[in-house]
Amino acid sequence: MLDSIDSVHKALLGERYVAERGLATVIFLALRMGRPLFLEGEAGVGKTEVAKVLSNLLGTRLIRLQCYEGLDVHSAVYEWAYSRQILHLRLLDASGATREEMERDIYSRDFLLSRPLLQAIENNAEQVPVLLIDEVDRADEEFESFLLEVLSDFQITIPEIGTIRAAQPPVVVITSNRTREVHDALKRRCLYHWIDYPDFQTEYEIVRLKVPGASEQLSYQVVAAVQALRTAELFKPPGVAETLDWATALTIMDTQELDEQIIGDTLGVLLKYQDDVQRVQSELLQELARRAHAYRG
Amino acid sequence: MPMPTVADRGLFLPNLLHFGRLLRQLGVRISTREIYDLADALTTIDLARQDDFYHTLRAFLVHSPDEIELFDRAFDLFWRGRIELALELGLGYVRAAEQETLDELEQSEQRVLRGAGDSDPGDGDAEEDGKAETGVTGTYSAAEVLRRKRFEDFSEEEFEMARRVIRSLVWQIDERLTRRQVRASKRAATLDLPRAIRESMKQGGEIVRLRWRRRKTRPRPLVVLCDVSGSMERYSRLFLHFMYALVQEGRRVETFVFGTRLTRITPALRHRDVDAVLDRVADLVMDWSGGTRIGESLRAFNYVWSRRVLGRGAVVIIISDGWDRGDVDLLSREMARLHRSASRLIWLNPLAGAPDYQPLVRGIRAALPHVDDFLPFHNLEALEALARRLGTLTTSARRTPS
Repeated sequence: MLDSIDSVHKALLGERYVAERGLATVIFLALRMGRPLFLEGEAGVGKTEVAKVLSNLLGTRLIRLQCYEGLDVHSAVYEWAYSRQILHLRLLDASGATREEMERDIYSRDFLLSRPLLQAIENNAEQVPVLLIDEVDRADEEFESFLLEVLSDFQITIPEIGTIRAAQPPVVVITSNRTREVHDALKRRCLYHWIDYPDFQTEYEIVRLKVPGASEQLSYQVVAAVQALRTAELFKPPGVAETLDWATALTIMDTQELDEQIIGDTLGVLLKYQDDVQRVQSELLQELARRAHAYRG
Repeated sequence: MPMPTVADRGLFLPNLLHFGRLLRQLGVRISTREIYDLADALTTIDLARQDDFYHTLRAFLVHSPDEIELFDRAFDLFWRGRIELALELGLGYVRAAEQETLDELEQSEQRVLRGAGDSDPGDGDAEEDGKAETGVTGTYSAAEVLRRKRFEDFSEEEFEMARRVIRSLVWQIDERLTRRQVRASKRAATLDLPRAIRESMKQGGEIVRLRWRRRKTRPRPLVVLCDVSGSMERYSRLFLHFMYALVQEGRRVETFVFGTRLTRITPALRHRDVDAVLDRVADLVMDWSGGTRIGESLRAFNYVWSRRVLGRGAVVIIISDGWDRGDVDLLSREMARLHRSASRLIWLNPLAGAPDYQPLVRGIRAALPHVDDFLPFHNLEALEALARRLGTLTTSARRTPS
């Protein structure tokens, strides 16, 4: 099914994801070559969405690991079920078990809690899962090197049990907002793709696809205004997610056409920093309305 | 479809190796392994579409958005055979080895045009040296005061003294709590159940001793922004040593200097030899002893760097006398933004040491409401006083912006 770049592109569209050609190309290559995909880009350009769409497309489970500072082996790979271990020890003790029996018993598979990385490795499904490692730039650098190890061999060693190896490596999608530079070695294990803000045509297609309630004219105007905003050197320019939120909000408000008033009233949906909002309110409203109207049907 | 064979990829390999070498010369780090994988990948796509060919190359050879523009130009040059772009390459990029790169570029291009089959898969990783570290780009502006300056020798004694002070200074401000937990000997916030269970084995499953964990502390990253404009001339040398010492201690520190514009100097300061470092920095910074536009420089920092270097509870130190010839409203706005994204914002002022000093300079007045600590920084005694003061900073309350 996914045996060419064209078919990947079409299949993504079928899942209501509009991908530019470059993204379709790296997804195709990642699937074909069994390499992890490293997606970087500003917040709200649809990086995480790629993993979700892929799991739908492949009809497999999505396993998600959300990274944060201080993420450690217990939350990423595995943890022992301590309280159950303690209870079990009590029972064993009462039944007069030896120390060896106790150890063998409580460090068995039954007491092991799998976290996302182990779950992804342990799969024995026909269809391998999609492993999403989200916002890896938030995790510590130590975690990165650990990840590098896992992605090289697709195996995990648990001292008390042994080595668990993936029968089939999972499809891996790693995302980063680039709040810091992720180490080169990790990126080199992957196919790298920088997702940029979409061009006018692509973004228009996305809005039409995702917010079908918005009229053709409104969709055009929304995209025109957002594209203009992105050139305005804001601290945080709106992402595609914000465009969709805005189009949805305007649709709910039954807006047919943008004007200064309505743009000003709904700016909070698009911009998340007070000084950006202020700047647009005081300097750019007229310009935005003008740009939007250039597209009046 | 089976995986490509060696014969298939042989079709692309010589040219790819040449292209890889071209990119390396431009400062992009590429391993030979990546070239081979790329050759494999190319056998799986339809080569008739040039955009697919382009994106496939990019997926393997580019690892950061900063490299995309460079890659695009090299791609055009190499694969579309547009020689005139070579000239353009020199204009947009003031890279460290600019001229050298251009020369090699032309040679390499020549080799390709001649169709020389001297592909040598053995090269490559050896060329992956620290060249990329010097990748601080900047553009030339004719309006800038192009005054480059050499540094004279700093006396050993002064240098040692400064280093000693700096060490104690940093040591005291840099701890913060992380979520990671480590063993603790005494009763602390969290029970260490895994360890308790493990030890209970020896007691026949009875937990005799409770074990504890505590949250680990990590050094706070430090970001230093130093003014090197004309009014700061008397101090720049000392401050450069200050930043050099910080970087050399291997802590997480990012260093920038600014006059009319912002330059990141962290990579240059990593060099071992202090003289070489000072030379490199002098070459790098185009606006020594010119005017100051603090607002514009802070804006450049906020927009380009803040999200990349201000995570993890960073402390920001600005060293400047506040003589500003730029837009004061902008300065005030960008100070406010910086203050919100840093865990602590410290302004060190070399003028503040004078006994009758009043912060009357307009730049200082605009910045002051957004500064957590406004401290003198005019000589080594002041530096030592500062170090003592800094020790209590993390516990003392932050000034809230009015």
